[in-house]
Amino acid sequence: MTIVKTKLDRRSFIRSSVLAGGGMLLGFSWLASSCSTNTPKELSMPDEWFEINGFLKIGENGLVTIMSPNPEIGQNVKTSMPMIVAEELDVDWKNVIVEQAPLNTDIFTRQLAGGSQSIRQSWPALRMAGATAREMLRQAAAQKWNVPIEEVSTGAGVLVHRNSNKKIGYGEVASAAAGLPVPEEVELKEINDFSIIGTSRKNVDGFKIVTGQPLFGLDYKKEGMLIAMVAHPPAFGMKLKSFDATDAKAMPGIKDVFVVKTYNDDYELQWSDTTSFNELVAVVGNTTWEVMTAKLMLNVEWEPISDSNRMNVPSGLESTADHIKKMTEAGAKTGSEVRRDGDPEVAFKNAAKIVEQIYTAPFQAHNTMEPMNFFADVKEDEAVLAGPIQTPEFMEKTLAARLGLPLEKIDVQMTRMGGGFGRRLYGHFMVEAAVISQKVKAPVKLVYSREDDMTYGVYRPAYHALYRAALDADNNLIGFHVRMGGIPSSPLHANRFPAGAVDNYLAESWSIDTNISTGAFRAPGSNFNAVAEQSFLDEVAEAAGKDPIQFRLDLLKSAQENPVGERNDYDAARYAGVLEQVREKSGWESGASDKNRGVAAYFCHNSYVANVVDIEMKDGRPVIQKVYASTDCGIVVNPDAAVNMIEGSIVDGIGHAMYSGLTFNEGQPEQENFDSYRLIRHAESPKEIEVHFVKNEIDPTGLGEPPYPPVMGALANALYKATGERYYHQPFVKNTFEA
Amino acid sequence: MAVFNLNINGKQQQVDVDPSTPMLWVLRDHLNLVGTKFGCGVAQCGACTILLDGMAVRSCITFVDSVGDKKITTIEGLSENGDHPLQQAWLEHDVPQCGYCQAGQIMNAAGLLIANPHPSDEDIETAMHGNLCRCGTYTRIKAAIKTASSS
Ligand code: FES
Ligand code: FES
Repeated sequence: MTIVKTKLDRRSFIRSSVLAGGGMLLGFSWLASSCSTNTPKELSMPDEWFEINGFLKIGENGLVTIMSPNPEIGQNVKTSMPMIVAEELDVDWKNVIVEQAPLNTDIFTRQLAGGSQSIRQSWPALRMAGATAREMLRQAAAQKWNVPIEEVSTGAGVLVHRNSNKKIGYGEVASAAAGLPVPEEVELKEINDFSIIGTSRKNVDGFKIVTGQPLFGLDYKKEGMLIAMVAHPPAFGMKLKSFDATDAKAMPGIKDVFVVKTYNDDYELQWSDTTSFNELVAVVGNTTWEVMTAKLMLNVEWEPISDSNRMNVPSGLESTADHIKKMTEAGAKTGSEVRRDGDPEVAFKNAAKIVEQIYTAPFQAHNTMEPMNFFADVKEDEAVLAGPIQTPEFMEKTLAARLGLPLEKIDVQMTRMGGGFGRRLYGHFMVEAAVISQKVKAPVKLVYSREDDMTYGVYRPAYHALYRAALDADNNLIGFHVRMGGIPSSPLHANRFPAGAVDNYLAESWSIDTNISTGAFRAPGSNFNAVAEQSFLDEVAEAAGKDPIQFRLDLLKSAQENPVGERNDYDAARYAGVLEQVREKSGWESGASDKNRGVAAYFCHNSYVANVVDIEMKDGRPVIQKVYASTDCGIVVNPDAAVNMIEGSIVDGIGHAMYSGLTFNEGQPEQENFDSYRLIRHAESPKEIEVHFVKNEIDPTGLGEPPYPPVMGALANALYKATGERYYHQPFVKNTFEA
Repeated sequence: MAVFNLNINGKQQQVDVDPSTPMLWVLRDHLNLVGTKFGCGVAQCGACTILLDGMAVRSCITFVDSVGDKKITTIEGLSENGDHPLQQAWLEHDVPQCGYCQAGQIMNAAGLLIANPHPSDEDIETAMHGNLCRCGTYTRIKAAIKTASSS
């Protein structure tokens, strides 16, 4: 039996009085019809809802509404988070409907989509919320029957008095339960007793998605709403000089054209704010097409920024050729030392064999399928914003500062997002929408075209890595050296494998400044480290004459038994676990194989993933026949959804390593839509993906990012088998086969 | 501005718009049918796919004055109760991640199945080539199309 303190102080748990009839549909009047997000229920909507705590309310007929606290970007938390509450509440999933919770940091912790942390960090709170409500319902039943609470048990939304076998539905005591004090401690279910967690439940928004109902920010509408678009400088390192709005203003349907200043001069930037383009020209009108057309008629002059601009953005118009040159130079020099074990210099001096390689990766645009957009309705004393944002909590603060309104007067509503991948951590578009709405004194939806979206990105940085390995005469790995850097940040994770497995280890880091805006991109840093490190280890294993899986397992064994250093941030046994599982499931044979297969494993964002990729060459092009994945993310909350996430990450990883990159000429992105920026398409994705999980009872970790990086390494290693060439520079397609 | 009489999802609808307006924006902004999505505007992503007399077309480059009396079907009108075999198969395979591309994928698949009720894997890959899914749900999309085509 697991008893936990509820830890939910009264302030953090909304004490609910019994709510008046008609339910409380929070915010989102446009979504009111769609509050019942699941497929049709047996129970109809109740006449009254009783809010037991901020996470859930129960109708008099037993229907339960569970709030999904975090932003939904396709990682399926809108289904899996409520599943956890429902499990501890002990209700039948078919009687649960899910609503997107409002932004309310008094009740919910960390309402953010990022770092693959939604499930991991909310796991205790979600369980507690369900268990607390269940306890209060038991209490209410006990009082009603005048029996001790210990004699009242629950099952699928029904309270049972064990001795008399009296039964009553949750709905019938919900009103009484809502008035009870919050218990100090509650009992959690044993993992063995889970009946919802660990079973596959369909996406709660699935029906709405396949029938095209409004769900996304871009679908948001309000009476009297205007459409706005913004023009930003054509190149990084440029700013607005002047503009002539006459032609644009004369276009049909256009209301106004003016300059938007995203952040004021005295505003102190937070990490989720961007600085590249602070002055934009806004075009506001009635309909999207009218505004798009009028935007083309803008006559704007741009000029290079100076060195002393207040955002501290370096001046200059940067090109990819310069980036490569600068990274090559930086990679050839000693970087700043981040970790040292033993005496790497001596190890390399004494080595019988040294393997040394350089790896690079380009800037990449996030390219969420739904371009950036946001709705804003800013009035003198309050503001309502709605749309796709991964960091509502941060942006609410930014907005309060920018609009000069108190925090509680800003209402941020979260819509389903057409992808995030990190791009929507940076909500400058929310501020732009708000400033435009404030200026035109009307509700406004700001819309980015695909070109706007791709050329005003917050891109994945460009990366560069030098790897060196020292082998002794018996082919033991005696020294390891990694020197990593990027524009503008280094992806190095110095304490990750193979740190801890090698006696003599050196990790260095460097970075180069830029005026190109960059930020987190699915599995930041790891999305490069995994491919570079895992291709390199493959090459080292080959040089040592060892099977690539066994080579890694031997290193992991030594990291487990005799770890070098104390800061190693991975669990070597779990790491080895996924490699062993993928070896078994893929029928991996050491030595010669008639398949062109590559392997890789990586740990990031608290989960472990290993892949085997099988490639066949057809007409000189690689066809990915099959990908195996083994994952250890602890308890799997919603297995089929987890499989979907892993399959998607595999396709995404292969796509980005193989095809995607953004290049610059004089500060200007050279790709601006999907005709020039290559994303993976149907025929290029694997013919088959087979997903396995390592089963254990460890609290769940994340899945949005961990399955993304390793497959790129496995791909590079399989490509080597298929073509006889190593793939050091992304996108791989540039190396040999042109697409 | 000009008035156009359009046949959309079996209903006659009238809009007064500039003749160069793409159907995408006529649907989304003027008729409140927002299931058809904007992804690229240049026929490169397929998010905006609709049927024109049963043929899948990109509504972002289909101008309203080119439609005439052809029948337009959008995701909202693919079936009355959301039970088109493709919609059912999509739910069965729990295809969507973010979901944004899926209406376009389903409409493109609907066009495929009208032209070729029993497509091979290769037929599916060729027909679906123009539909991007940034979340990478391609394997499930293919499985769902196969399920729908065998039902
Ligand atoms: S929006 Fe029409 S194809 Fe992309
Ligand atoms: S499901 Fe997200 S783009 Fe396809």
